Amino acid sequence: MIPELGHFALLAALAVALAQVLLPAWGVWKRQPQFMAAAGAAAQTQFALVLLSYACLTWAFIDRDWSVAYVVANAHSELPLPYRISAVWGAHEGSMLLWVLMLSGWTFAVSLFNRRLPADLSATVLAVLGALSVGFLWFMLGTSNPFDREVPVPADGRDLNPLLQDPGLVIHPPMLYMGYVGFSVAFAFAIAALISGRMDTAWARWTRPWTTTAWAFLTLGITLGSWWAYHELGWGGWWFWDPVENASFMPWLVGTALIHSLAVTEKRGLLSAWTVLLAILAFALSLLGTFLVRSGVLVSVHAFATDPARGVFILAFLCVVLGIAFTLYAWRAPRFAGQGELALFSREGLLLLNNVFLVVAAAGVLLGTLYPLLIDALKLGKVSVGPPYFNAIFIPLTAPLAVLVGLGAAANWKRATLAEVWRRVRWAALAAAVLGLALPVLLHERYLLAAAAGSVLALWVLATALQEPWRRIRSRRRFVEGLGQVPRGVWGMSLAHLGLGFWVLGVSFVSLYSVERDVRLSPGQSAELHGYEFRFLGIENYAGPNYDADRGRVTISRDGQLLAEVLPEKRLYRAQQSVMTEAVVDHTPLRDLYVALGEPLDPEKNGQGDWALRLYVKPMMRLVWWGGFVMVVGGLLAATDRRYRLARAAEARSPAATSEAMA
Amino acid sequence: MTKRQKRMMAVASLLLGLGLAAALGFTAFRKNMMYFYTPTDLVAQAVPAGAKLRLGGLVTPGSLQRGEGLRVDFRLADCQKNVAVRYDGILPDLFREGQGIVATGSLDPQGVFVADEVLAKHDENYMPPDLADSLKTADGKHSCAPFKSVTKPGTA
Repeated sequence: MIPELGHFALLAALAVALAQVLLPAWGVWKRQPQFMAAAGAAAQTQFALVLLSYACLTWAFIDRDWSVAYVVANAHSELPLPYRISAVWGAHEGSMLLWVLMLSGWTFAVSLFNRRLPADLSATVLAVLGALSVGFLWFMLGTSNPFDREVPVPADGRDLNPLLQDPGLVIHPPMLYMGYVGFSVAFAFAIAALISGRMDTAWARWTRPWTTTAWAFLTLGITLGSWWAYHELGWGGWWFWDPVENASFMPWLVGTALIHSLAVTEKRGLLSAWTVLLAILAFALSLLGTFLVRSGVLVSVHAFATDPARGVFILAFLCVVLGIAFTLYAWRAPRFAGQGELALFSREGLLLLNNVFLVVAAAGVLLGTLYPLLIDALKLGKVSVGPPYFNAIFIPLTAPLAVLVGLGAAANWKRATLAEVWRRVRWAALAAAVLGLALPVLLHERYLLAAAAGSVLALWVLATALQEPWRRIRSRRRFVEGLGQVPRGVWGMSLAHLGLGFWVLGVSFVSLYSVERDVRLSPGQSAELHGYEFRFLGIENYAGPNYDADRGRVTISRDGQLLAEVLPEKRLYRAQQSVMTEAVVDHTPLRDLYVALGEPLDPEKNGQGDWALRLYVKPMMRLVWWGGFVMVVGGLLAATDRRYRLARAAEARSPAATSEAMA
Repeated sequence: MTKRQKRMMAVASLLLGLGLAAALGFTAFRKNMMYFYTPTDLVAQAVPAGAKLRLGGLVTPGSLQRGEGLRVDFRLADCQKNVAVRYDGILPDLFREGQGIVATGSLDPQGVFVADEVLAKHDENYMPPDLADSLKTADGKHSCAPFKSVTKPGTA
């Protein structure tokens, strides 16, 4: 009964979502406040229904209801409870349900927090979100219903893909989806601005916290995904330029551009049309990502075996949504011409330049991701573009960005002078140059110019990130008083830029100084790598809840001193008879030591003979993820800045008055 | 500068950036594009030794031989032809005889494909689309007799 209830709730949610589109649209058109007001109630009802449906599917997993096809495909009676709950989003149907749940959740939040928005704007935003929800619910009910029954009912399930049985995966997809779907709010605001023709600093102030929150979630999702891949795929890589990774990275790049251009629009009332375009693009890329992942057109570790009908539906949906959005844009955006002047050497000018680099980087990634698909579709052969392409395009575009970050934060709004900016950043520049050039030596690594350049850039970003809060603190008489006076938005920006600095440092070191070795070892033998001695002590067997494992024992020492004893595993998951590598990592902030079991090389000795082992030494690996997490904290701080709460009450003021108040 | 000139400057800088990216992109493309071959393609075409490419096929049962250290030799086949492959490293978890895999590498002068990466997908029902397509015949469903079926069991 429970699955039918879930299915029915989804159908009801579709009906309510339709009402959420039609009633407020009618209300806005005919200027009838009571119809506009229906949007909020519809959004809340829809959220309740989707939540109910989601709970029903979760219950089917907890209860091991083998009459539901999706549960059979993704669970097993021996699968532990936490993984049965996370298995809900372990494959296509359930992750679409999660997607819709997120969408209705964001809509619900908008309906709660936007009560003080002008009624017509609020109604339009909710109607647009409702329309997206209609599309996705229709898609689910039509092509991927998670509540379909399995007849006859099997005795047991086929188990969750063993790759997904990892704590990293429990939280990675929900966070990523929160980000993807969160950009729908910025998109809805953009469409509302186009429809109403009103686009001012107040609009930017309403949109900013939503966009920043979505961006923070997307950052978190990508970071967790990278961390998960590193641990679970057994290849020791943290980013593969896999098309699905790119699918999440493109909206991130454009979303990052968007949060910066929103800052310009809010503070200076400029770049309005560009901001609206970015909001549309960020969501377009989120949808494109969904299409790429769900349609099975991609060769990727993430690609599910799929059904072409789904791809066609999402592609059609993509075309309709973007077609409408860009038509509206072409028609209405010209009236958003900014009132102020934009000096290129000013904070807004540098932010615009940052936008150009970010968008161009996103375009480069898009090209590399779509080109092989295009070539295949035109029957010109099957090609693939490897990581070297993406590195070649990405690194030269990100390096100037790192320089700009520091300059932008030091430049004044409206008009900056070189002398003033230089006076502010000279110590940071000097410290970054000296320390950065020395860093490879201080860390006893081989001297590589690229690593020194990376260090200089990273330290420059770190040093300049601290300047804005420092300036504000210093402007007060007492340190503690100053500390309290720095707004959260400034802390947020500062932290996010610090995160970028950590990230650049981590990426430079880990990509230039990682060493790896695949070795063949018999029990008792050892191998040397970068000064570390890895000794393989042998293998023991044990049985986990739904798998059998060979557990290796490896000690790691340096200069005769024992650093760690690690237990890498090779698991055979019983239900799917699939083998998984559980790598282990011993880590400090400065280095990761990574050990993965390869395969037994003497089959006749039943695992007690030689084994292949994969060993890595990766300096500063942790900084890459820490950088991501610090950015997330920064984003969340910025999104909860006091002035958004205060400003929500305020109606649109004139741009001049606002920028005065904010300065 | 007038407002219009400034806007033109902004547009010009955007175009310049895009142009730069396009230039970078296409250079990087030419260097890093890898074509996908089946064993039949590889035998039929004169591929220069040393050119990077991806080779997809099924591991011929009984062909796997281990050598010194981590060295392995095996043969990759489609329905007509097969190619000798040499690899020095750790094979992926799902590497089995009869399984479809994709190897990245180049031909050596003796015509042996030297792989520097071997990929097998982590879902054994899943076949890389490139490979599945290359094994299909005109009627859309074909599986080479000694190997696992190309189509997913249960959905065929």
